[in-house]
Parts: sequence; C-alpha cells; structure tokens
Amino acid sequence: MLSACRRNGPGYIFLTPWLIGFLCLTIGPILISLYLAFTRYDIVNPPQWVGLENFFYMFTMDERFLKAIRVTFTYVFLSVPCKLVFALLVAMILDKGIRAIGLYRSLFYLPSILGGSIAVAILWKQLFAFNGVINTLLSLIGITGPYWLNDPDYALYTLVVLSMWQFGSPMLIFLAGLRAIPKELYEAAEIDAASKPRQFFSITLPLLSPVIFFNVTLQMIEAFKAFSSAFIISRGDGAPMDSLLFVTVYLYNEAFAYLRMGYASALAWVLFIIIAIFTAIAFISSRYWVYYEGGRS
Amino acid sequence: MAGVTLQNIYKRFGSHEVIHGIDLTIDDGEFVVLVGPSGCGKSTILRMIAGISEVSDGVIMIGERIVNDIPAFQRNLSMVFQSYALYPHMSVKKNLAFGLTNLKMPKREIDKRVREAAEILQINELMDRKPRQLSGGQKQRVAIGRAIVREPELFLFDEPLSNLDAELRVQMRVELAGLYKRLGTTMIYVTHDQTEAMTMATRIVVLNNGRIEQTGTPYELYNSPENLFVAGFIGSPKMNILKSAYDDGKFSVPGFGNFKHRGDAASNKTAFIGVRPEQFIIGKNGDISAQGIIELVEYLGSEFYIYVRLDSGDSILVRAHGQSQFKSGDNIDLSIEFKNAHFFDKDGLWIDI
Repeated sequence: MLSACRRNGPGYIFLTPWLIGFLCLTIGPILISLYLAFTRYDIVNPPQWVGLENFFYMFTMDERFLKAIRVTFTYVFLSVPCKLVFALLVAMILDKGIRAIGLYRSLFYLPSILGGSIAVAILWKQLFAFNGVINTLLSLIGITGPYWLNDPDYALYTLVVLSMWQFGSPMLIFLAGLRAIPKELYEAAEIDAASKPRQFFSITLPLLSPVIFFNVTLQMIEAFKAFSSAFIISRGDGAPMDSLLFVTVYLYNEAFAYLRMGYASALAWVLFIIIAIFTAIAFISSRYWVYYEGGRS
Repeated sequence: MAGVTLQNIYKRFGSHEVIHGIDLTIDDGEFVVLVGPSGCGKSTILRMIAGISEVSDGVIMIGERIVNDIPAFQRNLSMVFQSYALYPHMSVKKNLAFGLTNLKMPKREIDKRVREAAEILQINELMDRKPRQLSGGQKQRVAIGRAIVREPELFLFDEPLSNLDAELRVQMRVELAGLYKRLGTTMIYVTHDQTEAMTMATRIVVLNNGRIEQTGTPYELYNSPENLFVAGFIGSPKMNILKSAYDDGKFSVPGFGNFKHRGDAASNKTAFIGVRPEQFIIGKNGDISAQGIIELVEYLGSEFYIYVRLDSGDSILVRAHGQSQFKSGDNIDLSIEFKNAHFFDKDGLWIDI
C-alpha cells in the first residue's frame, strides 16, 4: 500500500492541477446544478427545496418551454442532415484528385474556425438584414427578400443555413473516411456494372457508415447545445416571437435575466437527458446500419 | 471466348510514359501470363484491357471489337484483384451476385450461377459469411467465384496469389490451372513470380520497363531466352552470367581459361555466357572447367545449392541433387558443356550457336 503510494505519488502530483479543475469546475457545478434543479433559487436568498415542482411546471404549464423544445428540435432535425449532406458533397468533390487540394481543404475549413464565433454571427446578421447583402442580390433579379432575421417564418431557417456554413469539421472527417475506402472496390464495382449512384449507395455509404454515425452523433449533440449564434441574432431573448428561443437561450434567460437559477438548472438537466436519449437512440440504431470492418466487439 | 489484340499501346501519366508501344496478340482460349519485375507495366496493361485505366495511344481489341471507348462492364470480362476487392459489408453470396444484379439478370438465373460457382470453388458453406470471417484462401476463392459467375469471354488476374502464404499459393495455382482446363476461357494473368508464370501459362510475355522482352511458351523462354534480361528473370535460382571475351581466335571465360570454341562464327560475338545452376557439372568432365571455393551450401532436402567463388572472383550458384558431401571452405571443380550453355553478345542478345 505504502509502496504503491510512493510509486504512484508523482503521477498524482502531476495530475493535481487537472484534478482540481475537474472537481471544482466540472463535477462540482454539475452536482450543484442537479441539486439546484430541485430548488427555487435567486442567488440573493438561499436555495429553497421544492422537489419536482420545477419539472412539473416545465411540462405542464410553461408554454415557452414547449416552444423552446419545438424550436430546438426543428433546428436539430433540419441543421444536422443539411450540414452533413453538404459536408459529404464537398468531401466527395475534394476526394477527386484535383490540383491544389490542400489549399481548397484549408479554405473550406476556414468557415468552421470562424463560424462559431460571435463576430461571424454579427456578420451573418448584417448579411441577412433587410437591406443586407442577400436582399440586395435578390433585388438584382427582381425578388424582394423578406426580413430574414425578424420574420418568425424565416429566422430559424437562416440559422440552419449558418450552421450549414460550418461544414468544415464533418467534411474533413468524411474526407478521411472516403480516402480510407480502397479504390479497388470501385474498380471491381465498375467491372461489376455498378452505375455511379449504385456505387455510392452500395459501396460508399455502407463503408462510410461509421464516419456518418460519428458525425451524426457529434453534430446532433452540438446542435442541441447551439447557443451563441441564436443568442446574438435573437438579441438574447429568442426574438422574433420566440422563433429563435432555443432551450439554451431560454435557460440562459431564466438564469441570468430573471435570476431563476433553480428553474434554469432544471432546464439544463432536461436538455442533458434529451441529448442522452437521442445519443442512446443513435447508438442503438447503429447496430442496424453501421458497418465496422473489424466486426462488433 | 475471345482473343485480345493490343496494337501499339502507350500509357502516359502526365508527361511520364510507362508503356512504350506494346503489340501483342492473345488467341482464343490461351492462358497468357504477363510477367516482369515491379514497375514494368504489367498491371497497367491489364488495367487498360479491363477498362479501368485509359489507353493513351493505340488500339485494344477484345474479339473483333475495338474496346478503347467501351466501359469496363460492357467488355464482357471479369477481373480478380490482388487485394481480392471483395465488398467487405456484403455476404459472400451478395458479393457473388452483385455484378449479376447490376446487369438486371433474373433472380433464378443469378441463384443458379451463384450456386454453380460455389460448387466449383467449394465455398457453399461460406455463403452467409462476411469477407472478414474468411481466410486468405477462402477470400481468393470468393474473388474467383465473383469472376466466374459473370461467365465472361475473358478473365483477368492481377497478381491474385501474392497475398497468400507459400503453401496456399501452390494449392491455388493448381486450382486455377484446373479452372482454366474446365472453363477453357481466355485468361490473362499478371504476376512478378516467374514460377507462377512457368507453371500455369500456355504462353508467357516477359515485360521490362514498359516493353515486351520476349513472348513464348515456358519451354521456349527457359531454353532459348532472347536476351540477358529474360535469361536472368526466367528460372529459379536464376541463370549464372559470366563475362567472356573473344580475342585472337580464342574464346575466354575468366576462371575457365582460354579455348578455341568449335570455330563457329558466332562465338566471336560472344560477350557473356549463361549457365543455369543445374547445368554445371561438378568435376572436370565438361568442355571447360574452373576451380573455386565453396562459400555456402544450402541443403533443401531433394536438392542443394552450392554458392561458389571462382578463382577469377566471380560468384556462381550451382544446383545439385542427391546427398551433399560438400561444405563451406572446400575446393570444388566445376565444368560447363557448351551444348547446355547460352551465349549472348555485347548487347545482351542471345546468339544461336
């Protein structure tokens, strides 16, 4: 025991800064938020235990929460497939041996580095303003563009387009996946009279399925957690008419605008459970559509 | 069945030319092996015939049809790849049926052909397995099965046995030869292994640096190599090549001394003499003889290889049968009979003496 401590001691000492950070800044707040989810807490007064009241209110009386769920789900189910299809399309184009491929790869990845930043959300706001670049271009061909970001019918879709613009990271992963598919399989398929679409559906997609699964799971979690762009574009409160009221934006408002920390914590835990359920669904369903070269362990 | 004709075929990758004008005619029902060292262009030629690589110049005909612009699947051929190229996510059965399904063949016909191929190759029990659950030999059988279900006019094999271990390679070689006998279809087979070429081919095409060095039956290539490259490439262990010289009516081979060689006019052109390892005579009973020191003896059971350094400094390899009484460091006398030797001029071309 003593010798084990002596042997491992330096390791733990080196781990200490990270362990302190992990315990105080990750595990601690998680546990505290779990406790707060069952309380009423406004920062000024000590938390008051209310049991399941926050959750009861959320699911039975809070219409804004249901609206936030609808907005978040619409965003997730639109932005994830759109972004992944677009990323796969670009990856397939880049997979063809074209010149200066490295340059294109970097250029296409660039929006993903910038895309999540607040500056770009502001830029996006300018582009889609009523008298912004998009509407100016549309007016050239005689179309009067709508109030993209102020019209509740369009605002969410504009955000979906913004998310598609950040396709770089899944695109690079797709590209690596495409590169890993042996070229002989396509040659064999060509001799086997498989048309290009048939090759795509019978070879590319099945062999890319682990990468697709990885990207779907990761992007889905990201989309559920999307906050900064919606926050900036909606001016922080989910406007217009709550059409950009993501669960994250709603819980931020509850926490920091109305100081309802207990309710905000409950919202955060509900979002966490939703993400966990959908991730689990993705994993369970993967048994039926994901092909692993080495088999399933 | 169909023959294949290559007329003045060139292949360039950008400005880099790898095939420099190949002319070759393969008759109906031949088993032709393209053999040569790595990078000689043999796989490139096969891929051009298959239609998965474009021809830069020249004409390829399968049967009476020019196929340069005809897509691979319309050339009525099948190809077996070195890596097997089995679709990893499909069962063996689906792998076999994939091409036929794409051709929109009736299901009953597909089932019949798949069943027949499975029987020929004895893979009936593997039909529901995925390729990863198969051994190398089984994978190769499935790959061959996928080729034969198409009932093509032409089979192409791109080094199909090189991923197998030595024992399995010999077994599959025999099976392929049996398959050829059974189907009688034209086969073009690419390999860098001259033993595969010698054992299976009805005709061998030896390639080097994108050019044909010689075409002929295994017997012709072994006994009448047209040049030093073919002489060195065909035969295992390879032929011993000794420099020789002709001066003042006398022909000399270093280590073996000077001698007057039968007076043939050709001998004055001789610059190299080639002797296969099994054609050396141990002792002094040949036409010319030399002395050397044994550097190494490799005992292989039925035969043994003796590595000898001649007094002239040249190293040669001798193959002998029976029990070896030789050991490293011993002196040895070796002699050559002219009727068993090969003579080459200074350009490396064979001289018929």
